[in-house]
Parts: sequence; C-alpha cells; structure tokens
Amino acid sequence: MIEMTGISKAFNGNTVLNNVQFNLREGEIHALMGENGAGKSTLMKILGGIHQKDAGEIKVDGQPVHFKSTKDAEKCGIVIIHQELNILPDLSVAENLFLGKEKTYGFGILKSREMEEEAQQLLSKLGLNVHPRTRAGDLSVGKQQIIEIAKAIASNAKYIIMDEPTAALTDREIHTLFKTIRELKEKGISFVYISHRMEEIFAICDRITILRDGQYVGERNIPETTFDEIVAMMVGRELGERFPERKAEIGEVKLEVRNLTVKGLFENISFNVRKGEVVGMAGLMGAGRTEVVETIFGYRKAHSGDILIDGKKVSIKSPMDALKQKIGYVTEDRKTKGLVLDFSIQENVSLANLKKVSTSGVVSKEKESSLVNQYIKQLKIRTSSPKQSAKSLSGGNQQKVVLAKWLGTEPEVLILDEPTRGVDIGAKKEIYQIINDLAQAGVAILMISSELPEIIGMADRVLVMHEGKLTGEVSKEEMTQERIMHFATGGEQVD
Amino acid sequence: MTKSSKEILSKLGPLIGLILLIIVVSIMNPSFLTISNIFNVLRQVSISAIIAFGMTFVILTGGIDLSVGSTLALTGAVAASLLAGGTDPIVSMGVALILGLVLGAFNGVIITKGKVAPFIATLATMTIYRGLTLVYSNGKPISGLGDHASFQLFGKGYLLGIPIPVITTIIAFAVLAFILHKTTFGRRVYAVGGNEEAAKLSGINADLVKIAVYAISGFMASLSALILTSRLNSAQPTAGESYELDAIAAVVLGGTSLNGGKGWIFGTLIGALIIGVLNNGMNLIGVSSFWQQVVKGIVILLAVLLDRKKD
Repeated sequence: MIEMTGISKAFNGNTVLNNVQFNLREGEIHALMGENGAGKSTLMKILGGIHQKDAGEIKVDGQPVHFKSTKDAEKCGIVIIHQELNILPDLSVAENLFLGKEKTYGFGILKSREMEEEAQQLLSKLGLNVHPRTRAGDLSVGKQQIIEIAKAIASNAKYIIMDEPTAALTDREIHTLFKTIRELKEKGISFVYISHRMEEIFAICDRITILRDGQYVGERNIPETTFDEIVAMMVGRELGERFPERKAEIGEVKLEVRNLTVKGLFENISFNVRKGEVVGMAGLMGAGRTEVVETIFGYRKAHSGDILIDGKKVSIKSPMDALKQKIGYVTEDRKTKGLVLDFSIQENVSLANLKKVSTSGVVSKEKESSLVNQYIKQLKIRTSSPKQSAKSLSGGNQQKVVLAKWLGTEPEVLILDEPTRGVDIGAKKEIYQIINDLAQAGVAILMISSELPEIIGMADRVLVMHEGKLTGEVSKEEMTQERIMHFATGGEQVD
Repeated sequence: MTKSSKEILSKLGPLIGLILLIIVVSIMNPSFLTISNIFNVLRQVSISAIIAFGMTFVILTGGIDLSVGSTLALTGAVAASLLAGGTDPIVSMGVALILGLVLGAFNGVIITKGKVAPFIATLATMTIYRGLTLVYSNGKPISGLGDHASFQLFGKGYLLGIPIPVITTIIAFAVLAFILHKTTFGRRVYAVGGNEEAAKLSGINADLVKIAVYAISGFMASLSALILTSRLNSAQPTAGESYELDAIAAVVLGGTSLNGGKGWIFGTLIGALIIGVLNNGMNLIGVSSFWQQVVKGIVILLAVLLDRKKD
C-alpha cells in the first residue's frame, strides 16, 4: 500500500503540485486523470524517484520513505513505464528484459542461456508468444509495451505506473494489454493508470483520482461515478455536449481520389470529400490511412491513380504542389512531423506561410505577428507571447499551433490525422469547434481518427480501411462502433 | 531569471569569453593592443571567418562541409592560373567564385539526391577537390600573377586605413546575417535543421535549401581563396589544409549546435575571433607552437562543456 499525503512541488518558482494526496492499494488499478498540466506526471515522477518532493510524505506499507533516485523507488517495488518506451530495438527481447541487471559468471561474461530460459518463462507467464531471441524492434508496439511490463515484473515490481500506455496501440493490442494487467492484478500487483481515454478507464480501473491545476480534486470508485462527473471534476465546470453541433451546408465534391495505389501500402483507394463535409477515416493501426493521406499530400509517390480537385485532375508530386491546390495537412505526430520544436509559436505558424508573411523574400515582422496573433485569438492558444517556444506548450496548445499553421494557408481541403491525440478534454472540444467552424465555412475535411466515439461524434460519413484496402463506407444514420469495427477488422460490405 | 534573459546570457557567453581572453592577453603582453597587431589579427581571422560563415549555414541545417579547405585550394589555383595567363582580374575572380559555388552545390546534390551522409560526401569531395588541385597545378605553386591593382588590393590593400580583407569580412558578415535572420530563405535553413520532416510537410523544398547552403559554403571558401592568393601573390596546392576544422571550431565556439536548427552567425564571428586572438596571443606570449595546439583544443572543449552545463 502506498500513501502520498500533502505532496507539493515547484519548478523555478512555479507551483506544479500543491498539497496533493494519492493512495494505491494492493492489487488495484487506480486511474490518475486531469487535463494536461494538472500535475499527473510530476506526481508520478515523485513516486518513481525521478523528481524530489518539496513537501509532504510518502509511505510504503506504513513506512515513510525518501526516494532520491529511481533506484530507491525500485527497491520498494515501484516502476514507471513511460509513454515513450525504453526498449532498445536492436537488442533481443531477453537482452532487453535483463538490461542493466544481466546475470554473469563474473568478469562480465553473460549467462545468456540462463537469461533466455528465464525470459521464456516470464513471457509465457504473461501470455506473450515471442521467442526471447527475437529482435525487440521487430515486435509491434503492443508487444513492446508488454515487454516493458515483463521488465518491471523481472525486477520484482509491485507497483507499476503506466503513462498513456495505449496511445499507440490498436484495439486488439489494447485488449491483450488489459488482459495482462488484469491477470497481474489478481496476483496482487497494483497499477497506476494515466490516460485521457475515458472509455478505457471505465473498462479497467477500480478507482480514480482527479487532479486539476496541481490540486487534488477528489477520488471516486469507478462503479459509482459517471463520465460526466469525472469531466466536471477535471475541468471544474460543466462541459456540456462533448461534440458541439454543426450546421454546415454540404456542397459540391471538392476532393476526389480515384484508384490511388502505392504498392505494398494500399491499393485502389477511391473516395470523395464534399465542401463543408467532414469525412472520417477509421481503421486499425497499420491499415494504411496515414499513408493514403500522405500520398494525397504529395509526401509519398503514388504508383497509379488520380487526384481531382473541383472535378479536375491535378498533379501533386510534393507538399509544395499540395499547398498550391489549397490542401492542408495537420500531421499525426505533431512533435516529429508537425512542429519545429525549437521554433517559437510565431515561427511555426509562419512555416507554411512564408510567402504570405514576407515581401520579396524578406520576412516582415509586422505581417508575421499579425498572422500569429489572429490565430492565437481565434484558436484560443494559451500562451504568454507568440515568441514562446513550441516545445514548452501543452499538447493541446501545440496541436492548435499546427492547426494555425495550416489555417494560415486558407485551405479548401484540410486533412486532419488524429487531431486530438494526447490532447486534454477541454482542448479537444475546442478543436472540434474549430473543425465545425471550418466545415461551416465550406472547407472539405478529411479526418483520420482511431477514437471511434470521436469519429462517430464528428463525421458526416466514415470511410473504413483494413490492410491497405477501403473495406467500407458508413453513413451518419448507420454509424455505430460495431459497424465500423466490422469493416476495420476486414468484414465485407453487405448492402 | 526569466527565460529570455537567460537566453541572451547564453548567447553572449562567447563574447564574454572573447573579452576575457583579450584582457588576459593584453595584460601578459601589452603590444597585443597596438593597431598594427590588431589589424594583423583581423587580417588572419578574415580568411577563416569567411569560411566559417558559410559553414554556419551548413551546420544549421544539421550538415557539415569538410571540403572547404580543398575548395579553397582549387579555386585559388584556378584564379591564379587565369591571372598568370593574363586574364582580366575581375573575370578571373568571378570565375573562381562561380567555381566555388558550383563545387559547393555539387556537394549539396550528392547529399540530397544521392542521399549520402554529409560527413561522407564532403570527405570524398575534400579528397577529390584536393586531387584536382594537384592535377591542375602539377603539384607546384602558381605564381607570377602580375600586378593588377584590383587583385593586389583585395588581399593587401587598405581602405580608409582599414585592411580590405577586414572590410570584405564585415560586408560578408552583414549580408549573410541579413539572409539568415531576415529572409524566408534563412527561416527555411533553421526549419530544415530543426525538423526536416516538419519543414518538408510544410511545403518547404528541403533539398533545394540544402543544395543552397553547400553552394554558399563553397562560394565563401572561394572568396577566402581570393584573399589568401592575393596576400601570398601565389596559389599553393596545399593551401587551406585543415581549414575546415578551424571553421567548424569557430562555428561550435560561437554556440551553434552541430545537430542543426540552433545558432547564429554572430557567434561564429566571435568564435573565429577567439581562435585568432588565441593564436596571436600565444605567439606574443611565447607559447611554443606544440603547446599552442594543446591549448586551442582545451579551449574548444571548455567552450562546449560550458555550453552543455547551461542545459
């Protein structure tokens, strides 16, 4: 049993945690929720020995403890599994499991056989059918996640903290992960589960603690609470409808794709998006959705097929061509593909708009700051100054900066790839509102999302992909999670 | 301390280092501060600083250009042989500068279109361009350049009492600083170095930006070649050897990150001055040339270590 009471922490004078409490019982799965910046990660980093608390007390099994490093925390059986996994892709599964605690004959000579056998036992105990000599990088993210848990178990962890474990997993992998977590729970292992996904918290957790702005808001037993209560506790206000209403007039076909094929990735993709329409694109991880939109945007080369804008064939060979056709693309991973993290908000917004903010090749400070200020206001980007670096923004605000960059190009077709991933619930709703406003202004929107409630809440029509093929199209009237999943897992269209 | 004042301090670190260095050297040998010595230092610095300015663009994109020393030798040899053959000095200099631009652009094409790592690509062209210099000059110095005033003045002349190479350096600095910090091209350079994929997905032609920065680097190397050739009144086939290392050192001393995306050209100017003052100062103080190398290496290490500390 872990008890944390009166925990406070400040970084450079900014209070991040103020008198926060948290407790974790044996064999429970305890959700920790709050908007970005609420202090969840800091609290768990204190528990894991990464940060030191300024005030407060931590007790493990009734004994006060002071963690100065992750090693100290590990001695008490506390292990953090970070969102970015600590798997070395070029080492084998067994080598990863015993990393830093290898068994040796002395003089650094490895007992490879013994470690592999032990790894094998551990893996089969967790129901993972993988050879210990497999290269870890060849495993799916879901399996790597379970390898991380195995690593924790191998070091006798009793308390496992998981930060957004499902962010990059497919539904099937999430299912396997949950099964593993439940089995370990039966054996008395406790989990702290940090996630933005409400559905998952209700599916797997026993209790939930909610933080807001570095303060403890409350604790609930999952069976006794509701979605709305948790959201209200998190945002400190009633949020109203989760998906705002849209009154867009759906017009002519704006973007049409005919038989688009990139060999080995996807084939014969045909669909269209109308002005003012939000078309969802669903599918499991690896179905080829991102690859299709990257090809439309000219970032990948198509082997065959046509792209039509306003009914006319266009040639898009690079993102520059796509920009000329008034296509915008808000990428899936804002940190690696969307933002230059060292750039300021202003510089990031200008990135796709350099012509607009310059006069004969010289950047105009006035034009630049009027553009960025317009979008800071319109998209409600929370920042002290447009000169603030993109790196220091929360996930939701980073996503709005990427949106601002593309809105600046005044797109007529806007492709959104997982627009709300890793974004807190308040900012999510604001992003939905922005999408609605764009559709109402006549923009044709193609939105990839792996969150089915989001797709169903936002899309007028859903295209479903499975293993590189378009397997179905679902209209607003017949949109259910079951129907979308039917196509996403390879089911045939029956009409 | 607020974030921005911290940033300013970290940017001014190299300048503070330079001032301290000047103070120490002048105390140990007051003759450092004579006008003739200062011009001497600046004239020497001009050659390495001009190369380092071009290198800054390359390093900001996350690349490296090892071929600048060989480019200097080859373009210097071509300019010298044209002059020796009686070609008009302006034409000779123009040909050398265009050649530098082309040699640099060639590096860029290999790196972008051939997808070769910049280190490897420019390591290869460093050898190729040096080899071509030896072939072209038959391995011998090229002299007998005649006494065209315009060419002689380029390396040895004075304007308003200031050595012309120093003026050239100041103009090159002003132009390049403007390009880097005020134009869309400069913004693209930082973007490609900061996150190439995001830059490409924002409609920036990253390949073209890279080819351009290597072309600038080659051009600056050939500009430096003209100053050197004019000063020596001859072109040596071994000219510019290991100049690429001094240029990289100046860029790094100035606080530009070898990972790209972060840095500024003013820092490079300071970095080149630090190296120049250090070289000159150690000569004045009478440090043996063997120890000079050790000290130079230690200074570079210290600068980089201090830079790490700040993060």
